[in-house]
Amino acid sequence: MKSFAGKTLSWRTTEGAIELTLDRAPCNEIGTATLGELEKFAEALESLAADSHALIISSARGEGFCAGADLRELYRGLQDLRAAERLAGVRDFLERIHAVMNAIDAAPLTTIAAVHGVTFGGGFELALACDLIVADKMARFCFPELRLGLIPGFGGIPRLRRDLGNAVVRDLLLTGRSIHATKAQSVGLVSQVTGEGDALRVARATAVQLGKFDRETSVAAKRFIKPIPREELRREIDIFCELFMRPAVEAGLRKFVESTDALPYLP
Amino acid sequence: MTTLEKTTDEVLSLAATHFKVPREQLSPSDDFFKKLGINSLQALDLLTRLEQHFHIELPDYELQGVSDFRTLAERIQSRL
Repeated sequence: MKSFAGKTLSWRTTEGAIELTLDRAPCNEIGTATLGELEKFAEALESLAADSHALIISSARGEGFCAGADLRELYRGLQDLRAAERLAGVRDFLERIHAVMNAIDAAPLTTIAAVHGVTFGGGFELALACDLIVADKMARFCFPELRLGLIPGFGGIPRLRRDLGNAVVRDLLLTGRSIHATKAQSVGLVSQVTGEGDALRVARATAVQLGKFDRETSVAAKRFIKPIPREELRREIDIFCELFMRPAVEAGLRKFVESTDALPYLP
Repeated sequence: MTTLEKTTDEVLSLAATHFKVPREQLSPSDDFFKKLGINSLQALDLLTRLEQHFHIELPDYELQGVSDFRTLAERIQSRL
């Protein structure tokens, strides 16, 4: 499929670059609908990549790139399930989203996340699957999962550890604090910081530059420098599932879903 | 050295400009969620603008329970 327009995202190819645009209110939370369409994209990626040199992932939502997993859907889905069914459901979701993230991570072209605003949890993890992150100066990055009694589950820790020093990973993971784009660039997470509203334009300009290089060489360079941390990714799913079955997690999810706190997005 | 009074004034001016509220309608004791009519995502936006304006890092957990401009300015002042 050269182009697709779904309920949560769309893609098209223009001038050798695939543009995948997330668009689900309020801030591209990843639930089953988004996952299903991401799987469609991952399936189409192989043929799309044959005629493209770059992939740009961005958001059409003003609030940000992506606020992570759809916690409300997750919580509602748990209510009528027995423990074994819950575990199987969560593991299945994680296996599926990991397959998508791995496909993007290993795609035979250069991938760019053009992010703005909230880039939290699973949204942060999606950006980390890309080769480059171009960030609007108003972008914020955060792993808030520990407040729910969980670890990031979409491949975040192994990919962050691949790219950054362990001390930075611990800071982001253990404090759950969010950092702005300039800080993210200073620690090596972000490739370029742009003016407000300019991330997609800069990502497109970067994609044009990438198109000048020999494609085979670019793919070889990427495969050499960006190994997929498969063993750690497997362990992440196992640890997430172990933690998920504790009562504290359901309590944390309930607190988030039912919260009237003015700052539910803050850890 | 920047005084708390000056910091508070800059916080109020920045909030007024960005959220398009007349500056004279904002006072240090105002609840910024109510006065600016903002949600949690917009509060993060405000936090980012304040960090950039003052060239500081202000961990968002320091804002838990903070809803008035004066206390917000105090948190910023402690990082200057």
